[in-house]
Amino acid sequence: MKYIDPHIHMVSRTTDDYARMAQAGCVAVTEPAFWAGFDRSSAQGFYDYFRQLTDYEPRRAAQFGIRHFCWICINPKEAEDPAFAREVIKFIPEFLGKPNVLGVGEVGLNKNTRNELAILEEQIALAVEHEQLILVHTPHLEDKLKGTRLTMDALEAAGAQPGRVLIDHVEEHTVGEVLGRGYWAGMTLYPDSKCTPQRAVDIIEQFGSERLWINSAGDWGVSDPLSVPKCHVEMLRRGHPRELVEKISYENPRAFLSQSPKFSLD
Amino acid sequence: MNDTPCPMPRPDVIDTYFQEHRAKLIDIAAFLDRVDRSSGGVDDDVRVRALHKAIPLLIDGRGDRARRILELLSDPTTDPVDQAPAKGAIGVDPNGSY
Repeated sequence: MKYIDPHIHMVSRTTDDYARMAQAGCVAVTEPAFWAGFDRSSAQGFYDYFRQLTDYEPRRAAQFGIRHFCWICINPKEAEDPAFAREVIKFIPEFLGKPNVLGVGEVGLNKNTRNELAILEEQIALAVEHEQLILVHTPHLEDKLKGTRLTMDALEAAGAQPGRVLIDHVEEHTVGEVLGRGYWAGMTLYPDSKCTPQRAVDIIEQFGSERLWINSAGDWGVSDPLSVPKCHVEMLRRGHPRELVEKISYENPRAFLSQSPKFSLD
Repeated sequence: MNDTPCPMPRPDVIDTYFQEHRAKLIDIAAFLDRVDRSSGGVDDDVRVRALHKAIPLLIDGRGDRARRILELLSDPTTDPVDQAPAKGAIGVDPNGSY
């Protein structure tokens, strides 16, 4: 079954993972800019990372017939130093014009600090000014509920259109409010945190399939680049129709991402 | 909220998932035993207290257990903080009255 993994950090994955994902039906990935597991020592480090996302990685994916798109931003874990973050923000517009860049992301909050919020607001303003889609990272564990609400408040204050914003890493305590305020919601399938495939299917059963997608967010940590097709198996074994599986993991991401004229599967 | 029933019949749900969740229940029991058998650190770690407070929600007879437990473990405040002590999260509200 063909699918899109709309959130995966392929710079952290091996070429073998591309091969396995292609064999499992993956036709496209979108890769948000994120934290590398350590703080970069200079803004130039981000510049090179953005070059990797916009130049090298699409060519690596293409070897396996997978379309590669990405999102550009400074992530919330490195936004605590506003002066440093603003150095990075200065050259983001240069990358927004690249052919595989769909928007600004994954922006958001980590520990819900004032500095993180200020940098989030500046990047939302940048996205609105440049008419970009926005992909939002929501905080981990005990910080998620508060951070999700602060982020939606900031988006609304900036005049961002909810239909052009995907709020990711939702769980049972945030998905209802995210969908209720008009945003798209992403469920991240992780073995130990966020959603397991079983819980993601529970959420689909409770909240429906509108404006909802699933992703692996595979990265350098405990994660699984094949979690999306594993969630397909979970849906099918419960008796859900193939049409619903395709809607969640192909039609929905395609509909959201196609709001960017650069997104194409042709 | 859509609240579509799970299309899998209840006996099949139990057949499919019981063993996995039985194992998780034993894991929690063994973890709490392990904490009791260990020494050092604080006697009443906030994470363990939060776990003790969350467990009764599993059997209080009400639905939405996952959502309610996630809310119990969340920071309930609404204002951004001036500074965070670290980048990471611990899994429960460190200032919670568990």
